[in-house]
Formats: sequence, structure tokens, C-alpha cells
Amino acid sequence: MDYLQNILFIVFVLAASAMFAMSLKQIISNIRLGKDVDRSDNKSERLKTMALVALGQKKMFQRPIPALLHLAIYAAFVITQIELIEIFIDGVTGEHRIFYPSLGGFYTFVISLIEVLSVLAFLATLIFLYRRNLLKVPRFHKSEMTGWPKLDGNLILYGEIILIIFIFMMNGADEVLHRRGASHADGSGGFGFAISSFLGPALFDGMSTHTLHIIERIGWWGHIGTVFAFLNYLPISKHFHVLLAFPNVYYSNLQAKGKFNNMESVTNEVKMMFDPNADPYATPAPAEEGAAPERFGAKDVTDLNWKNLLDAYTCTECGRCTSACPANQTGKLLSPRKIMMDTRDRLDELGKNIAKHGKDHDDGKSLLRDYITEEELWACTSCNACVQECPVNIDPLNIIMEMRRYLVMEESKSPSELTTMFTNIENNGAPWQFSPMDRFNWANEE
Amino acid sequence: MAEYMAKGESPDILFWVGCAGSFDDRAKKITKALVKILHHVGIKYAVLGTEESCTGDPAKRAGNEFLFQMMAMQNIQVLNGYEIKKIVTACPHCFNTLKNEYPELGGNFEVIHHTQLVQQLINTGKLQIKGGGEFKGKKITFHDPCYLGRANDVYEAPRQVLKTLDAELVEMKRCRTKGLCCGAGGAQMFKEAEKGNKEVNVERTEDALETKANIIATGCPFCNTMMTDGVKNFEKEADVQVMDVAELIANAADL
Ligand code: SF4
Ligand code: SF4
Repeated sequence: MDYLQNILFIVFVLAASAMFAMSLKQIISNIRLGKDVDRSDNKSERLKTMALVALGQKKMFQRPIPALLHLAIYAAFVITQIELIEIFIDGVTGEHRIFYPSLGGFYTFVISLIEVLSVLAFLATLIFLYRRNLLKVPRFHKSEMTGWPKLDGNLILYGEIILIIFIFMMNGADEVLHRRGASHADGSGGFGFAISSFLGPALFDGMSTHTLHIIERIGWWGHIGTVFAFLNYLPISKHFHVLLAFPNVYYSNLQAKGKFNNMESVTNEVKMMFDPNADPYATPAPAEEGAAPERFGAKDVTDLNWKNLLDAYTCTECGRCTSACPANQTGKLLSPRKIMMDTRDRLDELGKNIAKHGKDHDDGKSLLRDYITEEELWACTSCNACVQECPVNIDPLNIIMEMRRYLVMEESKSPSELTTMFTNIENNGAPWQFSPMDRFNWANEE
Repeated sequence: MAEYMAKGESPDILFWVGCAGSFDDRAKKITKALVKILHHVGIKYAVLGTEESCTGDPAKRAGNEFLFQMMAMQNIQVLNGYEIKKIVTACPHCFNTLKNEYPELGGNFEVIHHTQLVQQLINTGKLQIKGGGEFKGKKITFHDPCYLGRANDVYEAPRQVLKTLDAELVEMKRCRTKGLCCGAGGAQMFKEAEKGNKEVNVERTEDALETKANIIATGCPFCNTMMTDGVKNFEKEADVQVMDVAELIANAADL
């Protein structure tokens, strides 16, 4: 009978971990659908960027108030993981607060720290709920933030509140029990944790020892249960960023933001054209056996590179990009956040289709048009504000550019003024219709 | 440039004029202002004249990589033919493209923006602005061009230059990394904007007008056009001027 809890715990942990591992595997294989891009250089600078931007949340502090609130939740989240180690060992072995006797004062300190951070996180969560739902922060109320994304944003906050309630049920009830000498932990006389040593007696003093044991267990199981629920909720939620922010920032583009990637495939063809020795009638080099001719630009998510796709899974849907976007601010359809959300949704869809029907299944849909319209793509000024603002170094602009490339080079589709501009550059060496011979006229004008 | 070649000499720096600087009536004034500065300090500079072509920037931003690379290779052939080492340009789009996107296609040059050059000239004492010129008591605000600022992290050079004028430099509420685009980038200059409820340049001009500045300084011919149109939109042409940093300096130094 005594082992029932341990066995239950082990089964529960295994099931939750297996589920998480499966979702993770799916996401990794989805990201692998992307094309290659080399981000293996500059390891030390990458680590530094990761320490500053992901761990240190440097870019968050551009907006200090949400940054501090977010930091409270983040710190509580990280520090609580220490307690989880104990819960884990207790759960498997049937011990109760296994580290308490050996760690003594340090134990009290760590749990107290967790409690204080939890209270801060609790307050931060309430403020976030208020801000998200009652304050009219425009970036939380754009058209892409209805339905699931909106619910997702709130669910995690409710989850946070529930988690913190469980922590205090667990510690508070145990405190009273310990004072009565009835806790399963060693010793008696109260633990003296910063918050629960007051909160516990205040709430639970009058209750029977039996009831307290039940409350303590509900708190304990509730805590670990919420953590595992959270773990399995992550992969379907924007909150996956708590994990992906790190690799995503590590692999961020370290070059000047104005530098757009060079298309090698185009370079080869252009070089051929410039090479006087090239035989214009030569058949193009035979493509690798069975390889489909490479498409210029991106029509679907598989034409993007893996970093674009990692970006999509990392997006926190915070909307900092969209709120800085000149196109969005002036009422155009374009929203860089939506670009990222669309990429993720399409990739999820594609991944599911592949799992169901095999690798070569064609569902007749694509990122372009089924998700992102041409009108959105052409509204971008390539100003890099979205890239600058993103707290986890996501690059929506690169996706926009790849899709423009597809439109122009594969479908020859661009707004007619741009087609004229192309012709002018080609014929006159300038985007306007001026004669190249007049280029130097300014020198002789007054 | 061909003249230097003929004499068997090579210039210290090549001034890349750019399409706007060559053809656009407003931007030509910026070109001339920069030429005056170059001339005044006695740098040996050259221009390509009719041998220059569009860098291909608008084509690239509009997705036409083919056209971009064709233009780039053509220009690189010319530049390498003259063994150019150092380039200055008054257009942040040319600056960005020459500096960041030409190397992979075989064009390796040291490229600086004209505000950086002017800052160097002032710092080294080659260019002096006596008494700060005619801008006493005026307010100037600087609009960060996206391709100078965010794209290449050049925020301070133009501001340092403007500080040498005897004027008050005021910042817009969105400046430096947070500067709002003028609306011209990404080939938007050459097309109508998508459907929306406002023009980007109007939104940005509001920022500038809010500072009550008498002069909106820019470092980009396209920003210049957009902001000028924005000011016209508010019918403020009489009170607010849009000027390039080079023009302000050329004026102040009485060139
Ligand atoms: S680069 Fe494009 S999408 Fe990003 S903020 Fe600027 S206009 Fe918006
Ligand atoms: S792309 Fe970055 S800034 Fe934009 S919503 Fe996602 S996380 Fe936020």
C-alpha cells in the first residue's frame, strides 16, 4: 500500500516525459524540413549573445515594466526547478523533504527564496492578466491575436496562478504539521520558510492533522502535476520560447542587419552570363540524380531555412515587432508577428500531413496565399524594426524577402510599378527612366 | 575617374553618387554639397560619372536577385578595373549594398557613409565650422535612415556632425534603434503603398513636427524626399526645412 504513491509517481513521470519527448521529436523533425544555412561560426560571440539576450533578457529591458514583471515569473520558474529535484527524489523513494535534514539552514534559504519569488510571480501574473485583458495594449489586440493565440496567452497565466497556490498549500500545510510534530519530514517545530511559516498557520491552524495531510498531498501532487502539464503544453503553445529562446538566440544572425543573404544559385547563373568563354548553348550541368530543380525564394515553409523555422517555433507572440512595424502602424495588412505565426501554423500542418501520409504528400496548400497574401509581402519597407525589436532575435524580414523572391523570380509577379522599375534598371542603369548618358549632368548644372 | 586613370594617378576616395544623387533634382543638391566639402578639404576624389550604374539595391529588396547580381557584377567590374579601395556615398542604400552585399560577389572596398567622412574631417580638424554657422538658435532633429541606423548601426556620426553646428539638437520620440522608417525602403519608393489608413511618411513627419524643430536633418536622399513630402502634407514648408547633413555643413562652413 505504501508503495502505491511511488509507483503512481513513476508511471506518471514516465508517461509525461514520453509525451513530451514525442512532441519534441516532431518539432525537431519539422525544423529539419528547412534548408541548410551555416550558423556554426563564431561560437564565442554566439555564447555571449545567448547569455545577454536569452539568459539576461537584454532586449526585454527596452520596456522596463513588463521586463521586470516577466523577470519575476522567469526567475521563479528557474529557481523552482531546484525544488523539483527534491520533489522528484521524494516521489520515487517515498521520502519526504529528503534534503531537509542534511542541508539545514541552506534548505530553509532555498525554499524561502522560492517562496518569495513565487509571491512576486503571483503578483506579476495578476498584473499581466489585467494588462492583457483589461488594459488596451494595442499589440495584444491585433487581428491575429484572437481565438487560440489569445486563449494561449491567458491559459499560461492561469496555470501559473494554480501552480503557486499548490506550492503554498504544500508548504503551508506541512509547516503546521511540522509544528505539531506530525510532518513526515524530520524534526519538529516548524520549517521557518519565509512565507509559508506565516501563511500556513494563518490559513490552516484550526484544521485536523488528517485534513492537513490531505491538503499537503494535494499541494504536492498538484505542483508536480501542473509542472508536467506545463511541459506537455509547451510544444503546442507560444510558451515553447522558454526552451527555444536559447538555441534561437545562439543561432541568430550576427551580421549587419542590412546585409541580405546572397543567393548562390543566382550567382552561378549570372557568372555564366558574364563569362565570355561560356558556351551559351551548353546544356546546364546535369542536376543531381532525382533532385528537383531548386526553387528561387520561398513558396512554402520547406523553401525556408531551418533558422526561419526555428524562429517560428520560438516566437512568443509578444507583438513587439508588429507594434514597431511602419506598415502595420499605418493600417496595412502586414504584421511581422503574423508572418511568424503563419509560418509555424503551416509547418505544424505540413508536419502532421507528413506523419499521416508520408513524405511526398502534397496537400495542395502553401505558406504563400493560403496563409500569407501578396499584399502583406509588398507592404514591407525592409526597415528592420521588427528584427531590432524582437526579444529573442527572430528575423521576420528574411521570410518576407524569400517570399518576394519567389514571387518575382518564379512567378514574375510584382506590383506593376516595380516591374517598370526593374525594366528601368535593366535598360538605363537607374530605377527611373533617365538616360545613363545624363548621369553626370549634375556636375555641369548650377 | 577615367581622367585619373589617364594620368596614371589614383584618387584617395571614390564618391559613389547613386541614382538619386545623379538624377533627382533635390538629391543633386546634396551631391553638390558633398562635392563642395570634398573639394574644400582637398581630398583627391573621383566619381565614375556615366560609368556608374544602380547598385541594384531596389531590385534586391523587391526580390529580383537576378537583376541585383547583374548590376552588382557590372559595377564590381568597373570598380575593380579602376582598383578602387575606398568609397564614400551619400546614400545609405548604396552604402549598405556596397559595404555588405558586394564582397560576396567579389567587390571588396572600404565603404563609408558621407556623415562618417564628414565626422572624420571635423575630428581631424580638416573641416572647420567657424562659430557654428547660420544656425544659431535653431532646432534640428535628425531622422535615422533605416539603412544607416538599424541596418548598419551608424547612429552617432551624423549626430556628432550636427553638434558642431551652433544649433540645438532635439530627438524625436522614436530615434536611433527605435527610429521609424520614412516609408521609402524595400523598394516602396517606387510604388504606391498598400491599402492602409495613413502614409508612413506622414506618420514619421508627425514625430518630427512634434519636436518643434526648424530643420529636419537626414542622411538619405529617399528619406529627404519622403520627409519633404510629409512636411508639405502638413503645409509647413514655410517653417520647417528638410536638409541633408552635408548641406547643413556646407552651408555652415560657407562653402
Ligand atoms: S522590416 Fe518590414 S515587417 Fe519588419 S518592421 Fe519593417 S516594414 Fe514591418
Ligand atoms: S517575432 Fe519576436 S517580437 Fe515578434 S511576436 Fe514573435 S517574439 Fe515577439
